[in-house]
Amino acid sequence: MSNPVQLLERLSTVRGLRGSVLVSAADGLIVAESLMTGVDGRAVAALAASLMNRLRRATECAGRREPVFLQLQAQGGSVLATPCGPDLVLVAVAGPDANVGLARLEMLEAAGKVA
Amino acid sequence: MSDDIRGMTAELAADPDSLIFLELGEALRRRGQLDAAFKVARTGLGRYPELARAHDLFARIFCDRREPDRAFESWVTALQFDLTLVSAHKGLGFLYYQAGDLASAEKHLAYAGQADPDDGGTATALERVRADATAAKASVGAARVEPAQAEPPAATGDAVAPDDVMLPTIAGAGGLAFSFDEGARSPVQEAVFSGLDGGADGLLLVDANGLRLGGGLRNPDGQDVADSVAALLAGVSKEAARTTRLLALGDWRGLSVECGDGNLFLSAPSDSTLLLTVRGLDVPMGRVARFAERASAAARTWLERAE
Repeated sequence: MSNPVQLLERLSTVRGLRGSVLVSAADGLIVAESLMTGVDGRAVAALAASLMNRLRRATECAGRREPVFLQLQAQGGSVLATPCGPDLVLVAVAGPDANVGLARLEMLEAAGKVA
Repeated sequence: MSDDIRGMTAELAADPDSLIFLELGEALRRRGQLDAAFKVARTGLGRYPELARAHDLFARIFCDRREPDRAFESWVTALQFDLTLVSAHKGLGFLYYQAGDLASAEKHLAYAGQADPDDGGTATALERVRADATAAKASVGAARVEPAQAEPPAATGDAVAPDDVMLPTIAGAGGLAFSFDEGARSPVQEAVFSGLDGGADGLLLVDANGLRLGGGLRNPDGQDVADSVAALLAGVSKEAARTTRLLALGDWRGLSVECGDGNLFLSAPSDSTLLLTVRGLDVPMGRVARFAERASAAARTWLERAE
């Protein structure tokens, strides 16, 4: 497993990303974080983990494979999340001008290194 | 397996870039081997994503699978790449007819008929559509003059069964001009609407308590999983709203979920409902989102009517 903080800092170089957190999937607690000032890391962690768990159950029930990436789109930006193995979730907060496609690729790569 | 299919399969195996996949997919479709046809078409489309005839093949397979909304999308995509593809116009004419939009059906069939005047099937279908349109106008006129004595419009089942006329002719080809009538009703919306009352697959409208309001969902094995998935989706809308509010991102607009074998999109037609759209990996997430947007609008209309 690579150094999570370094991976998160690398993610923060993607244009428009306001930060990212590595979250425990079971309880939504922060494992590592790299967030801009003003972004509520605990809220990001808890809610994104909860959303991911709920969607995991829903996709399993629908006979689909596990989610590999999710994007919650809002007027002022997005919340992006990808599982890192069974125990962790990598979450990023993106502004409206973010390059979400690049962020997605970087997150999937980072998730592979963390898992 | 017949010799021709075996031969085409061998040719495709020897040269995966070969366009023989179009003929192979069509041959399999005609034999009713829809899963095999779908796989061939999907693989071919992966290699030639901008080939109109590949999208046309996909649409015909969806049509045979009784998935009109996906067939519609594929034919529309085919026309985006080749406005002159006659078979796509025939297909759209057929779907518009099924959706009850006779004006749009007539327009597409008229284009197809002009491009291929020797196609008797198209001419017959066009005559039927025009006769239906005339009968509908006469019926409306009679109702306006003498409501009590007016004849009721013909039942849908008695009107026209275009399958026998249209489906065998869908694979035609030729040149013609094309433009969409922006004001026309969309068969996609019609399909969503009928799905809300009946059983459209891959679209599921859920209320805040996790109860199904409309649509349907089956797992890849064909089992109905709509109610159990609906129950699990209860609260997602509130959770998404809470997340974006706490992060000062404003109202949430949609939630896209990529799975290993499919794309899902969640949207909120209203404050208290959630619409789940599920598509296979052959439909890119961007298109799933656009389709979900239209489905959401249709669901909103349906909800407003129901209230």
